Amino acid sequence: MTTAILETPSQAQRAKQKVMLVEGNEAAALGVALARPDMVAVYPITPQSSLVEHVAKLIADGRMDADIVDAEGEHSVLSVLQGGALAGARTYTATCGPGLAFMFEPYFRTSGMRLPIVMSIVTRDGITPQSVWGGHQDAMTVREVGWVQVYCETVQEVLDTTIMAFKIAEHHDVMLPVNVCLDGNYLSYGTSRVELPNQEDVDAFMGVKDVNWHVALDPLRPMAVDPLTGGSGGKGPSTFVRYRKGQCRGMQNSLRVIEEVHAEWAQRFGRSFAPLVEEYRLEGADYAIMTLGSMTGAAKDAIDEARDAGKKVGLIKIKTFSPFPIDALLKSFAKIQALGVVDRSVGFRWNCGPMYQETMGVLYRLGRHIPSMSFIGGLAGADITVGHFHRVIEATEKLLSNPAPVEPVWLNEKD
Amino acid sequence: MYEVRFHGRGGQGAVTAAAMLAAALLEEGKYAVSIPSFGFERRGAPVVSFLRCSDREIRQLTNIYTPDCLICVDPTLAKSVDIFAGLKPGGTLVQATHRPLEEVAIADAVGRVGLCDAIGIALQIFKKPITNTLMLGAFARTTGIVSLDALKRSLEDSDFRDAGLKQNMVALERGYNETTVHTIERRAVA
Repeated sequence: MTTAILETPSQAQRAKQKVMLVEGNEAAALGVALARPDMVAVYPITPQSSLVEHVAKLIADGRMDADIVDAEGEHSVLSVLQGGALAGARTYTATCGPGLAFMFEPYFRTSGMRLPIVMSIVTRDGITPQSVWGGHQDAMTVREVGWVQVYCETVQEVLDTTIMAFKIAEHHDVMLPVNVCLDGNYLSYGTSRVELPNQEDVDAFMGVKDVNWHVALDPLRPMAVDPLTGGSGGKGPSTFVRYRKGQCRGMQNSLRVIEEVHAEWAQRFGRSFAPLVEEYRLEGADYAIMTLGSMTGAAKDAIDEARDAGKKVGLIKIKTFSPFPIDALLKSFAKIQALGVVDRSVGFRWNCGPMYQETMGVLYRLGRHIPSMSFIGGLAGADITVGHFHRVIEATEKLLSNPAPVEPVWLNEKD
Repeated sequence: MYEVRFHGRGGQGAVTAAAMLAAALLEEGKYAVSIPSFGFERRGAPVVSFLRCSDREIRQLTNIYTPDCLICVDPTLAKSVDIFAGLKPGGTLVQATHRPLEEVAIADAVGRVGLCDAIGIALQIFKKPITNTLMLGAFARTTGIVSLDALKRSLEDSDFRDAGLKQNMVALERGYNETTVHTIERRAVA
């Protein structure tokens, strides 16, 4: 028997892929180019800048065939893309922090019009106090605006997920905009080995583009785009409800579509990523820590060390944050007796991390009480190291015998 | 896992050097991740960058606090920054300096030293004190972690072209050839 016969299609696929060394922002740009958008609009802002610079260079070098609009601000960036999407274009942009804030009005309209725009958020903490560094505060602040939001752990996952995001957004059961979130600084500028898929294989994966079948600026199909609805009379209220229910249905459908698209990606390209929730060493664990984004790598190293030291701890990582993967989490939570949740942003209303706040809702549905607590770290570019995660593991382990503290633990308070 | 911390000043290319070294290690079939420090880098201000390499996939995307090796691409930096913070016992220092070993401040943790007059050589090659590629050559000579050939190949794949590429090739070779390597013997504490 030859090795060729033993090889699975995905192994053969990986062998074809070019190995490169790139930063996270360049990986995102390469993913965008492979997805062949018709139009991008850009406004640079730290730590997103090098991403759109890479996109602009790919277009200038003739390696990407897209119209690029260098708009005067983020509000225009997204508004211009809405016009493009309504005219049938595949569209892309990236932003973060204050840029996302300035974009908020068209950001809300994008999901309402069900435009499958893909936008990277190179996550950045909120101002004030003044800071230009990473943190999830920007993406968390807009988690209730009807965009699908996925968070990447590695540079390779940024590249692959950026391509998958278009397919998820444009799926006819979804038709929603997608944010691919990559942590500013550690992931955006972290340089690492990636395998670059072939263009023809990505083309076959993407299939036929069909993005404005439902809403269009098209003289051949005249229609009212974004009509006036709501109020308390006539067809206004029911029309508005139909819009909102449709958005919620699209969000729920996206859970299935995200799983399907990840499965197809693994089959075609040989790289497998947990689509909604990843369990790491959760089998036989008494308790778990929960992570989001690039902090997960250090957390996994800490889990390995803790396991070697005899601690029965595992890890649960969220990839898809919006919609919140309730059913997938319930399956994971069924295996454990205590949970520590690490956020890279602040939930001001509940005095805990936003992911922890969301998680408490899922824990209520679990039907049995398990103690849990909130950790907040990595704000404004601060590091969350293996050492920090050992503190998280120890504090979470104590929940097994002691009641949960109400106050969150601020991991970098004494760094 | 082998961890390197680069120290330099804004404009000397410490961040680029970490990425180039990562590319060279990749050439040799190793896993490598580089992380720049983040800030409002200004020309002349102290900067750091980090590099991890391993035979296995590297998962941590964090700064480095206990490096195996320090590469200091600027001769005056040690006066204003504690470059030795966290260095593992027996660790390596690769230092740009024109001074002999006896005149270089070295912390107790250091077990191996590579010295290269990188500023002097850079002024000859580039007419500017850009020391990063020189110091990558010095690192290869001092540690053997990466080969000079792999560094050359990664340079060929980089954005350097024409005269810039030639100059940096010379810098790599001269950094490698003109580095003195010293092992520090410390008396056992009684």
